Amino acid sequence: MLKRVLVGLVLVCGAPAAALAQEPKTGGVINAVIQPEPPGLMMAMVQNGPTQMVSGNIFEGLLRYSPKLEPLPGLAESWTVSEDAKTYTFKLKPGVLWHDGKPFTSADVLFSIEMLKQTHPRARNNMVQVEKIEAPDDLTVVFTLKQPFGPFLGIFEVGSMPMIPKHLYEGTDFKTNPNNNAPIGTGPFMFKEWQKGSFIHLVKNPSYHEKGMPYIDGIYWQIIPDAAARSVAYETGKVDVLPGGSVENFDVPRISKLKDTCVTGAGWEFFSPLAWMWLNNRSGPTANKKIRQAIMYAVDRDFAKDVIWNGLGKIATGPSASTIKFYTDDVPKYPFDPAKAKALLKEAGYNGEKVRLMPLPYGETWQRWGEAVKQNLIDVGFNIETVATDVPGSNQKIGDWDYDISFTYLYQYGDPALGVGRNYVSSQIVKGQQFNNVEGYSNPEIDKLFADGAVATPDSKRMELYTKAQKILVEDVPVAWMLELQFPTITRCKIKNLITTAIGVNDGFREAWIDK
Amino acid sequence: MLSFVGQRIVKGVIVLFAIIVLNFFLIRLAPGDPAMVMAGEAGASDQIFVAQLREKFGLDRPLPEQLFRYVKGIASFDLGFSFRQQMPVSKLILDRLPATLLLTMTAFAISLVLGILFGVLAARFAGTWADTAITVLALVFYATPLFWIALMAILLFSVTMDWLPSFGYETIGAGYTGFAHVLDVGAHLIMPAATIGLFFMATYTRMTRASMLEVNRLDFVKTARAKGLANNVIQRRHVLRNALLPVVTLAGVHSGTLIGGAVLTETVFAWPGIGRLMYEALLQRDYNLLLGVFVVCSAMVLIFNLVTDLVYRMVDPRIEFAT
Repeated sequence: MLKRVLVGLVLVCGAPAAALAQEPKTGGVINAVIQPEPPGLMMAMVQNGPTQMVSGNIFEGLLRYSPKLEPLPGLAESWTVSEDAKTYTFKLKPGVLWHDGKPFTSADVLFSIEMLKQTHPRARNNMVQVEKIEAPDDLTVVFTLKQPFGPFLGIFEVGSMPMIPKHLYEGTDFKTNPNNNAPIGTGPFMFKEWQKGSFIHLVKNPSYHEKGMPYIDGIYWQIIPDAAARSVAYETGKVDVLPGGSVENFDVPRISKLKDTCVTGAGWEFFSPLAWMWLNNRSGPTANKKIRQAIMYAVDRDFAKDVIWNGLGKIATGPSASTIKFYTDDVPKYPFDPAKAKALLKEAGYNGEKVRLMPLPYGETWQRWGEAVKQNLIDVGFNIETVATDVPGSNQKIGDWDYDISFTYLYQYGDPALGVGRNYVSSQIVKGQQFNNVEGYSNPEIDKLFADGAVATPDSKRMELYTKAQKILVEDVPVAWMLELQFPTITRCKIKNLITTAIGVNDGFREAWIDK
Repeated sequence: MLSFVGQRIVKGVIVLFAIIVLNFFLIRLAPGDPAMVMAGEAGASDQIFVAQLREKFGLDRPLPEQLFRYVKGIASFDLGFSFRQQMPVSKLILDRLPATLLLTMTAFAISLVLGILFGVLAARFAGTWADTAITVLALVFYATPLFWIALMAILLFSVTMDWLPSFGYETIGAGYTGFAHVLDVGAHLIMPAATIGLFFMATYTRMTRASMLEVNRLDFVKTARAKGLANNVIQRRHVLRNALLPVVTLAGVHSGTLIGGAVLTETVFAWPGIGRLMYEALLQRDYNLLLGVFVVCSAMVLIFNLVTDLVYRMVDPRIEFAT
C-alpha cells in the first residue's frame, strides 16, 4: 500500500526556531490566574475551559497543532495516512512514562478512546467515523475509518482526546476513581496540591519525555473570583499570567500599558471563538429572512469591536472564522446600513411586534454589547425587550427555544466539519440542546453540503463544498454573525514561549521559561 | 434553664426542616439545572450526555422522591454529594468553614468592641464635636456599600501603598510556618475583616449611643446620681448594662447572618470561605451544595439566637427563661 507521510520533522524543527534565538533558562515558578475554579482536573471526566487550561499541563494528546492548524507530534511522533484516506497509522513516542513511572503504550491509547466514548461527548462524536482501532505493537496504533473523514487529523489535541492511564482506570468506576482528585498523566507537570477556593499547585515532571523540558519548576494556578481583584493581583505582582478572558475587556488596554507587560492574541486558532446572535427561525419576526437580514444591516459591528471589545477581534463575515480551514470571504456582505435595514423591515411588513433580546450573562462586556445592539435595533424601528437571566437560565431558555434573539459564542475546532456544520444542519435541531442548531434553520441543500464536505477528498473538493455552503448561509442569515473574538493573554514580558501552538495556554507550559 | 434549652432545640429542628423543604423547592423553581450547566461548560450538548448527568445526580426521579432521599440523608448527617465539585458537600463546607469563621468572628469582634466603645464615647460627649465626628463617620460606613469599601481599600492599601495583600487567605507558595504563618494570615485578614467589621461597627455605634442617651434619662439614673455615685460608675454599672440589651439583640441576629453576609467580601478578596461557595453553587445550580450551605447557615442562626437569649440573662438578670 502506498503511503504518504504527512508533516515531517522539518515542520517540527521549524516551528520553535524563532524561540531558539534565546537559550531557555531553567527554574522559577509561574503564578497564573484560573477562573472560574475548575470542577475537577480529570480531563476525561470534566471538559470545561478551566479544567482544560490547568490539566493541559498534566495530560497530553497524540498530536499538537501549529498556529496554522498543521498537526505536530505529541505522544505520537509520526503518522501516515493510506492512499484511500481510510487508514491512519500512528507511531507512538518511545520512552514516555506516566507520572507514576509506568510506561505509556498503545494499550493506553485504545483504553483512553473506549473510556472517552463513555465520558467525553465531543470525543464520542469525533469517533463516529471510526470503524476499528488496533494496536499491532506497543508503539503503534491503527485507526480504520468507515469512510474518509477530512478533519480526522484535527481531533487529537489534548482537550479533545486526552490520554488516560489504563493501569489506573481499567475496571474501576470512572466517576469515583480516586485518581480523579490527583490525576496522573504523561505531561510536563505533575499534580501536587489543590486547596479548594485558593490555588492548584503543579510541579515539574523530572522524567518528562522532551529532554530538558519543562524549564520552570512549577505553576501555581490562583483562584480569584472577582475580575477587578484579578486585575489588582496582576498589578501588584502576585500573578504573572492572565489567560484570555481573565479580566474584563475594558481593563485590557490599561493593564497592557503597565510596565513589563506583554499581550498576545495568539493561541486561539484552534478554538477560533466566533460570536453571533441566535435568531429564532421558527416563530416571531425573526422567522422572516428579510427581518434577519435587516438585523445584520442594523447592527454596528465596528462600534462593538472598537468600543466594547477595545479594537480586539475581527468582524465576522459568516459562519466560519477566518482562522479555520476552508474559510472564504467571497460571500454577501452586510455593512452597517440603518437605511437598508429600515427598508427591509418595511418590505417584510414588520408591525412593531415585540422582539426579546437575551444578552449573554458572562459579565460586563457582554452586558454592554447587549445594550449597544438593543439601541441599534431600536434605531431602525424594532420593538426590543431585554431579557435578563443568569447562565443556567440562559441555557434553559435557549434549549427550550424560548427566545427571539440571543447572544452566544462558540468554538470552531479548526474545521467546518467539527465546529461549524453542527450549528446549521437540520439533524442537530434537538429540543433541550443549548448549542448546535438551536435557531431551527433547516435547508436540505446545506445538510448535503456539510455531509459531503466532511467526507470529501481531496481538500480542494472540500473547499468547493464549504464555499458554497458559506455563500448560501450568509444569504439566508440563520444567525447574526458578529465578531471573531480575541481573548488576549497578558503576561510579564520576562515569561517567554508561553504560547507556541494553536490551543495556546491549554497546551501546557512545557516550553515556557523565565528570563531572570 | 435546661428545659428551656431543650425546647428551643426541638423548635429549632422543626424550623430547620421547614427551611430545607422550602429551599428544596425554591432552588428548583429557578430555570436551568446542574446537568444543563455542566453540559454547557463542557461545550457538549448531546442528549445522551445530559441524560447521563441527570441520572447520575438522581435528577431524573420524581421531586418528592428526591426530597425524601435528601431529608433521609440529612437525618443521618449526610449533606449529599456536590454535583459539580464531585465531592461530599460536608467535606466542601467543613474545608471552608474555618476561613469563614475566622473572617466573620474577627469582623464581629472588631465591630462589637469598637461599636460599643464609640457609641459610649458619643453618648458621653453628646452634642460636642467628638459626638458629631463619630456619628458622621458611622453614617458614612453604614451607608457605603461593602464592595465599594472593599475595592477602595484594595486600591489604597494594596495598589498605591503596597502595605497589605489584595486577595487570598495566605501567601501562596511562601510555605510559612508557625508565627510567620499567623502573621501572614493576619495580614490577609485585615482588609476583609475591616470591611465587614466597619459596616456592623457603624450599626452598633449608633445603637449604643441612642440607647445610652435614652437610659440616661430614666429615673433610676437620677436616683443613682442622688445617691452621690460617681458619674463613671453610673455610666458603667447602670446605664451601659441596660443600654446594651438592644445591642445584644442586634448582635445576636447579625452573628448568624454574618456567614451569608460575607458573600461579597469573600468574592472581592478571594477569601476561600462559605459565602463564595454558596455564590458559586447558586450560579451553577449545584442544588445539594447550595442546600447544604443553607442548612449549615440556618443551624448557625438558630444556635446564635439561642446563645443570644442566654447572654440576655447574663446581661440582665431580671429576664426569666420562659418555658
